[in-house]
Amino acid sequence: MGLGAEAIFGDSVVTTKLDQAVNWARSYSMWPMVFGTACCGIEFMSVAASKHDLSRFGAEVVRFSPRQADLMIVAGTISYKQAPVLKKIYDQMCEPKWVIAMGACASSGGFYDNYTTVQGIDTIIPVDEYIAGCPPRPEAVLDAIIRIQERSQDESIIKDRIKKYKGYLDV
Amino acid sequence: MFKPDMIVAPNILKQTLINLKNRDNFTLLLDITAVDYLKYPSKLESRFALVYILRDESFKKTISVKTFLDESLTIDSVSDIFYSANWGERETFDQYGIIFKNHPNLKRILNHHEFVGHPLRKDYSITHHQPCTETESLMDEMTPLLTSKGFTEKEQGELMLINIGPSHPSSHGTIRNFMALEGETIKACVTEIGYLHRGFEKSCENHNYSQIIPYTDRLNYCSAILNNIGYCKTIEEMLGLEITPRAQYIRVIIGELSRIIDHVVCNAANMVDLGGLTSFWFIFSARDKAYDLLSKLTGARLTNSYTRIGGLTHDLYDGFAADLDDVLKSVEKGIDEVLSLVEHNRIFHDRTQDIGVITKEFALSAGITGVNLRASGVNYDLRKTNPYYFYDTFDFDVILGSHGDIYDRFMCKFEEMRQSIRIIQQAMERLPKGEINIIAPNIVLPKKEDVYGNIEGLMNQFKLTFEGIKVPEGEFYSASEAANGELGFYVVSDGSGTPYKVKCRPPSYYALSAFSKIVEGDMLADAVVTMASMNFIAGEFDR
Repeated sequence: MGLGAEAIFGDSVVTTKLDQAVNWARSYSMWPMVFGTACCGIEFMSVAASKHDLSRFGAEVVRFSPRQADLMIVAGTISYKQAPVLKKIYDQMCEPKWVIAMGACASSGGFYDNYTTVQGIDTIIPVDEYIAGCPPRPEAVLDAIIRIQERSQDESIIKDRIKKYKGYLDV
Repeated sequence: MFKPDMIVAPNILKQTLINLKNRDNFTLLLDITAVDYLKYPSKLESRFALVYILRDESFKKTISVKTFLDESLTIDSVSDIFYSANWGERETFDQYGIIFKNHPNLKRILNHHEFVGHPLRKDYSITHHQPCTETESLMDEMTPLLTSKGFTEKEQGELMLINIGPSHPSSHGTIRNFMALEGETIKACVTEIGYLHRGFEKSCENHNYSQIIPYTDRLNYCSAILNNIGYCKTIEEMLGLEITPRAQYIRVIIGELSRIIDHVVCNAANMVDLGGLTSFWFIFSARDKAYDLLSKLTGARLTNSYTRIGGLTHDLYDGFAADLDDVLKSVEKGIDEVLSLVEHNRIFHDRTQDIGVITKEFALSAGITGVNLRASGVNYDLRKTNPYYFYDTFDFDVILGSHGDIYDRFMCKFEEMRQSIRIIQQAMERLPKGEINIIAPNIVLPKKEDVYGNIEGLMNQFKLTFEGIKVPEGEFYSASEAANGELGFYVVSDGSGTPYKVKCRPPSYYALSAFSKIVEGDMLADAVVTMASMNFIAGEFDR
């Protein structure tokens, strides 16, 4: 039993802050945009398939249109040829948005330290969570999604998200 | 010393290849590559040489033809004789800067259009990074293509141009198809790849022979172990050693299991593209069981690195047979369940039959191998024509299609999975006891108790880790039947512990080069399904 409206109407009403209600809804209905390029993309299929079942975390609505998604999962190696594409797709996503770098290649270039591989996607777009592994196990991906859900609790609908990031493609 | 079968002068190379094709029936051009001898220890005629690898009509014989190029680095293109030479030559131009005269479209293929230099030349440093700022429009390829098909400028303006990829759900990876549509019919298609080019071949030149095994995992990541086997088999043949019977049997068992997983992924994804999500759930639970088995055995689900030069990382664990049996049962159940949904399904038949047809002749000319070729009715399976690892003693059938359409490719994959199960069961029955690694201190790492227990073991470990396995000087091509077809490795060794050059012949690279020709004239929605049915794996064709 609370105070205010709840004291009068009982269990039929809940009072809360608007931010909290929005964040609650948002964090349990993440729509991922899977930027799957390589081996990690195949492992992401396992995350979504029957056994590990992404829908337990409310994130099973995989969108391939960036405009309908709020969580980008970069699953796989990003080459210099791919980098402008990744940047363009990230820019098309609406705020608030989060990015997970899945696997060693997306996080740091992995063991491809060579002429063609971007040494971590955080040189192009801001990254919120990194997942270690080559490729990571599905459980690690679920863990990162839970961490993003926790982060999204601090958002506010009034304040703009602070953007200080500048990658090598932002000129 | 391993040498190419023929060395010819550059001015007669084209005529030689024509003669080989017409007189000696070497109809399948497998691969084209170049070698840069700048840092090679012994002196050779000139810096650059070109190598062409062909296979004959009976599929039993391969021949490699080599030519040393003069200063101008120019040679006649053979793309008018072999369709597969088109992309083969483009790649060689991109990576080495060799110019092919009269090539229809000599431009970069793996590296981006702003790239300067040729990365596989020996004077190009591996860590010289070159960022790209913008994606190519591809109109430089599309406009001439449409003009050659008889479209006037006004008609070209009326066509709708769309990009399928490089980030598109139907591409299952990173392929970009740029299509010109009239209504929903594809009038012209241009394929662009290289979005997952990760420098496999350059990395090979900077790591020793054992360190390359993890890189091979990431070629066709749906069936990593088959790549491990293909690579290790090539190096073992160069070293002239035969691995133990037990290791051979285990390679067969795990390799065939990988083939099953690969076909599961391909067919499940194909059905998702057709709109049948249920089949995906049905058959993927079997795949997850197989991954559990592999992670128990090798420590990794996807990228296993299970083979070593001279054997395997470790033996089968206790209770493996029961686990394997369980996996095979659920695969069989999965196949039956999925087939019960689609086999007599009218919608499925309408969407797949007589669509995306590949004719025999075109498939051979384009260098298509594996299931895609067998679905067109060509009886070519390296496990039968050039048997290795006791494959000639197993009782299994080569599955052939009759039409070469999507339906045939789909059904051939399911039937091949059943045949793989047969092979695995026979191999498990006959699995011999014994060592999994050969006894050869200069090739196989010593046991851990020796490394920590005596100086000889420690020295042995040190030498092998730092210097690598010394492979005799020479150049050698060997192939194995991977999930997508003939996976070949062309290795040039200078006698040291690091390969001078490794060229992978990825089966789906040549299949993809034929894709645009296959879908032109089809509907857009059919192109999506055709793409899924041919199983293009980005890690493999982009390397």
